[in-house]
Amino acid sequence: MSTAQLPSPVRRPVASGGRTGLSTAAGVGLLLLAACVVLSILVGSTSVSWNALLDADDPGHAVAGARLARTFVAVTVGAALGVGGACLQGLTRNPLADPGILGVHAGASFAMIVAITYLGLSDLSAYLWFAFIGAALTLLLVQAVASLGRDGATPVKVVITGAAVTAALTSWISGVLLTDRGTMETFRFWQVGTVGGRGYDVLLPVLPLLVLGALIAVVAVRALDSLALGDDMASGLGRHPARDRLLVGAAVVLLCGGATALAGPVVFVGLVVPHVARTLVGPAHARLLPLSAVYGASLVTLADTVGRVVLPPTEVQVGIMTAVVGVPVFVALIRRSRLGSL
Amino acid sequence: MTETRPVRHRPTTTSRLEAGQVTLGYGERAVVKELSLSVPDRQVSVIVGANACGKSTLLRGLARLLKPTSGSVVLDGEAIHTLPTKQVAKKLGLLPQSPVVPDGVTVVDLVSRGRHPHQGVFGRWSKEDEQAVVDALTLTHTVDLADRNVDELSGGQRQRVWLALALAQETDLLLLDEPTTYLDIAHQVEVLDLLVDLNRTRGTTVVMVLHDLGLSARYADHLVAIRGGEVYAEGRPAEVVTEAMVSDVFGLQSRVVVDPVSGTPLILPIGRHHRGAPQ
Amino acid sequence: MATLEAVRPDAVTLVRTARRRPRRRHALVIAGLSLLLLGVLTARVLLGDFTVTIPDFFRILFGETIPGASYIVMEVKLPRALLGLLAGMAFGVGGAIFQATLRNPLASPDILGMNLGASAAAVFAIVVLDMAGVALSVAAVLGGIGVALLVRWAAGNRQGPTGAGYRLVLVGVGAAAALQSVIQYLFTRTDVHDAQLVLRWLTGSVSAADWETVRVLTLLLVVAVPLVAWAARSLPVVELGADAATGLGVRPVRSDVLLLIGVTVVAVAVAAAGPVAFVSFLAAPIARAVNAGATTLLGSALVGAIVVVGSDFAADYWMPGGNYPVGVVTGAVGAPFLLWLLTRGRTGRSGS
Repeated sequence: MSTAQLPSPVRRPVASGGRTGLSTAAGVGLLLLAACVVLSILVGSTSVSWNALLDADDPGHAVAGARLARTFVAVTVGAALGVGGACLQGLTRNPLADPGILGVHAGASFAMIVAITYLGLSDLSAYLWFAFIGAALTLLLVQAVASLGRDGATPVKVVITGAAVTAALTSWISGVLLTDRGTMETFRFWQVGTVGGRGYDVLLPVLPLLVLGALIAVVAVRALDSLALGDDMASGLGRHPARDRLLVGAAVVLLCGGATALAGPVVFVGLVVPHVARTLVGPAHARLLPLSAVYGASLVTLADTVGRVVLPPTEVQVGIMTAVVGVPVFVALIRRSRLGSL
Repeated sequence: MTETRPVRHRPTTTSRLEAGQVTLGYGERAVVKELSLSVPDRQVSVIVGANACGKSTLLRGLARLLKPTSGSVVLDGEAIHTLPTKQVAKKLGLLPQSPVVPDGVTVVDLVSRGRHPHQGVFGRWSKEDEQAVVDALTLTHTVDLADRNVDELSGGQRQRVWLALALAQETDLLLLDEPTTYLDIAHQVEVLDLLVDLNRTRGTTVVMVLHDLGLSARYADHLVAIRGGEVYAEGRPAEVVTEAMVSDVFGLQSRVVVDPVSGTPLILPIGRHHRGAPQ
Repeated sequence: MATLEAVRPDAVTLVRTARRRPRRRHALVIAGLSLLLLGVLTARVLLGDFTVTIPDFFRILFGETIPGASYIVMEVKLPRALLGLLAGMAFGVGGAIFQATLRNPLASPDILGMNLGASAAAVFAIVVLDMAGVALSVAAVLGGIGVALLVRWAAGNRQGPTGAGYRLVLVGVGAAAALQSVIQYLFTRTDVHDAQLVLRWLTGSVSAADWETVRVLTLLLVVAVPLVAWAARSLPVVELGADAATGLGVRPVRSDVLLLIGVTVVAVAVAAAGPVAFVSFLAAPIARAVNAGATTLLGSALVGAIVVVGSDFAADYWMPGGNYPVGVVTGAVGAPFLLWLLTRGRTGRSGS
């Protein structure tokens, strides 16, 4: 029993009659996204008017400009995490896969610590690359470690391996921070996922990675669909599972790693968004990926906006807001699925 | 094919374990519906039925693993769910479908755990405990395996060890959920022979769910056929196993003949490719 | 066919020997582990950057004052060693109870977010409520237990052969991820001084040991001994799975009670020494490996103590840069161990 994997997240019960068409779902999603973007620019500790964005003499111009930049970051991060999460779930055939749960964030944080403490880097764009490499390596490590042993990478093993890697890295991180006050001061504001204070200087270097990841994901749509059937079946249908996996893996690493480098640890977006998208348009990745992008972008933008006003005078970072939204969904998913087969 | 009414011969003997109008299910879904059944004492009862008909659910209900949503299971005149579970465990033993073998236990260690209901708070190991374990190992031919690790045993040996655990419990009633799954035919027969030995020598009442209708017909004193969560027919195998029953319960055309070995009914399935074969 | 097999004359002897052998081995294992623990403790107290001889140690212990040595032994080294010993035992026992009850060698309280529950509560108490001292410790213990209850409640009940065990593991991992976010959020809310305090609650450390902590921890763990002893009696039956355990007269709720005992013991240890990474996770599998694979609570406790005291010694004197908290060493040791455990492939079994 324990060796059986869930056929895929694909098996999620979807009433075929109630399935929304792609155009409807995407239309609603885009409207939602537009609303979130507008709100994100206008709402905050100080409200600005729409004019402030265009009029350079308006007293709110600087604020509006910063908000616009941060909104771009939020949209990018959300879209990347949505698509990355969908790819990750397809790749691991694990409905519970999320970059945060699989240890990606701890990996990125750890690499940052190494960069700050041992290499003495102090430039934000240098951190970016370390965070990216750390995230990518951790993702590979967790998947590789979890597939050791007789029964392969079952969802439960992947999840637990991710938790264990997180625990190990976190204790290292805390240990280093304890002995190094300077690093701690730099690091503690990075290690909670946020899009605040991130501008184009951070966005532009990462953007090519994310675009590349998205392109690979688009190319890999059929690979994802066939991976869902399991290796044996996919081979039987004339695909090359190993090659497919490499392709999808590259997309996941670029998207999740890039998003984490950009915004720090933002949990549960990669988990929740693909599930919502899947209940709307079904499991085919050609529909799932674009919708995940749109909904992911909306969720992160909205979470950022709400976070600015929910606990005044302080700002609650995006990573916290998504955790608050994500936990109930995570629990509901676990309770709904038949875990005898996990 | 002649249409005959399914038989419902309630056992004439006494019954210590009875289900009265029980409804059993998981969540909202009722799998067993208002079912009544009396388990005849000192006999071997076998529950059969198609996949997902509720036979395992019924057994789980009889074994108090599943609480009925209505009705009750009665053991010695008292509702089984109101009795302290340890007290029930002294009367009623259970071999579940897929018990877990903990790491690194030896056969004797595992079988000794069957004495748990008989031990007090401090768990002194008594002469009776030892004798019960010796008897259980002897009866299941596992004495020679006594200090082996359970992990190393073959499927057939392992099943005998689990059986020994249930026997060490020394209960008058023994419930088994598909004790022969994953065993080859020789080991299936061996396990069933052991259960009949137990019934004949100790007078243990045996209730089991079996997949194989042929073996059920051979080994049952009392056969219960379940369909759609209800008792379709019950009685001696010779009365219960008819072509009509096999058709109604399993949806299978068949010929039922007398088994030349045991004199019990023998079912010969008729697939689509064998219809119209010579009589 | 209808006769009971004659009992073989040697059957009783065979059964007796077979029953005795694992018991003997267990006694040997316990004796060996105890000796090892004594050795590690001795090293921790007497060796290091300030060496004390054994006769001097006993003189100090019985009240004689040796300038310099007395202070270092009585106020620094001995309490630190004892705190490591007690916390290690608690982590070991808690982990063993979890892994045996959930029948999964990976499902220890630290992986399932129970340690983080205590940490998060403590951090919240420091940052938001400005607590300190005993109140802070109580908050940590209650936080650990509270998170455990929440996770158990969220996992829900499932009537079926696999029970709620798997969901418990997964919900716990999710809770751990969420708690991590909460802690990080609180971490950004503090000033530099508090941040240093907060970090102590994120990494296990016994370096701040004092006699008061040791006394309270001893008292609490002594109270817990009968509970753990009772748990040890139920474990062999609970280990067989929910159905078989019910058949033997142990209701499924017993496994919840066992988990609660495990969490309480671990939360108390976290309150005293912080979440020392991976000790709960490591102790029981190591103890099983030396005990021919069988679960042993006492053995796990001893291994836990050896790991914490030994790692503390290593963290203090062997690490480059020196004076790291013990959690860094145990975290580093834990990762490769996990790898090894997974390659053995005996993980995540749900049946057979």
